[in-house]
Amino acid sequence: MSVRHALLALLSEGPKYGLQLRQEFEARTGEVWPLNVGQVYTTLQRLERDGLVESDDPEGEGPQKGFRITPAGGHELARWLRTPPETASPPRDELVIKVLVAMRMPGVDVHELIQVHRRYLVELMQQYTYLKAEAPERDVGLALVVDAEVFRLEAVVRWLDAADARLARLPAAGPVAAAAVPSRPGRSLGVRR
Amino acid sequence: MTAVLELRQVSKVYGSGPTEIQALRAVDLSVDGGELVAVMGPSGSGKSTLLTIAGSLEEPTSGEVLVGGSKLSGMSRNDRARMRRRSIGYVFQDFNLLAGLSAVENVALPLELDGVGRDGARTTGLAALEELGLADRAARYPDELSGGERQRVAIARAVVGDRRLLLADEPTGALDSVNGEGVMRLLRAACKRGVAGVVVTHDAQLASWADRVVFLRDGRVVDQTARPPGAESLLTPGPNP
Repeated sequence: MSVRHALLALLSEGPKYGLQLRQEFEARTGEVWPLNVGQVYTTLQRLERDGLVESDDPEGEGPQKGFRITPAGGHELARWLRTPPETASPPRDELVIKVLVAMRMPGVDVHELIQVHRRYLVELMQQYTYLKAEAPERDVGLALVVDAEVFRLEAVVRWLDAADARLARLPAAGPVAAAAVPSRPGRSLGVRR
Repeated sequence: MTAVLELRQVSKVYGSGPTEIQALRAVDLSVDGGELVAVMGPSGSGKSTLLTIAGSLEEPTSGEVLVGGSKLSGMSRNDRARMRRRSIGYVFQDFNLLAGLSAVENVALPLELDGVGRDGARTTGLAALEELGLADRAARYPDELSGGERQRVAIARAVVGDRRLLLADEPTGALDSVNGEGVMRLLRAACKRGVAGVVVTHDAQLASWADRVVFLRDGRVVDQTARPPGAESLLTPGPNP
């Protein structure tokens, strides 16, 4: 999450004080992404340095200092909104590697290992869903943040389910003979990084 | 608190000899009033069998099912049928509403079958629809309702009267995620009022609405979630902003 651009977005509605910015940021992300005070002020300083925001008192400090967005800041915000997000580092990569490793290890029950991770992920999804379930339905900001996390976690669970099913179809025989996989051309995807 | 639903060492075998299928193997499960439990597992794991046995629509090969503390095996056929009508509500993936009846008639049907007078059943049915925000749809027929509305009518029918146990098989069916969420909110609310709920699903997102998730694999309970859901643990560490 870009704190920088979230602050620019809040300022695009009109001038605001530092403290106000922090409170509004937390309110809109449903308090799922808590910020520390220092993070808001250092980010504002950098935005000011880069000419994307300006303050009524360049020498002043602290929560009572007021900020407004500059035209350059407006351009930067518009550019950022349309820039595709970084999707190159799916969080399940580590899990993929763990399952691939477990497949080759004697004495490791891959299905049991998969279940350990599945349970953990479902517990995490329960926590997020609980947040959404307890919040008023009109709290759209929170629902959107929670949906994003729940869908992301669900994708990982679905990958585990698919892995579980694929491995269950293999003929029962010790660790899987996967040694050939990385050596085949074009088959090294699963073990990148 | 006594369990509303209790399965003790329940096994179910279909067929015999080489075609024998062991659908459930010594399953123990206990669900309290006020609790929503999700049973999660892949296709063929025994989820639907578990639900039909819990709902007394099918008998176990061995083991005991208790609803409200009473053993189903000790009941006469009539008593069991009465208990199904009075105490248990079912929600299925494809809604199972009767096409020739209006929304309120569908909801009132189980009450009428149970001997409640027509007017009384209708009044109670209307109240149940009202609670689910469907009062203005009461006179409509199923084919005049959207998918989400149909499933809400099915839930109204499942909770109408004095039901203590709510059983749902993939209850969000083909609904989109926002309508599906609406259905889960209703099931959760019913359980908060004291009903014991069991949802079987292969969908982790659906299961995440439950207080507890039980994992089923090859007819066996292999695991369950440990922590009851609460916001505390999320807000402290939190993902990086």
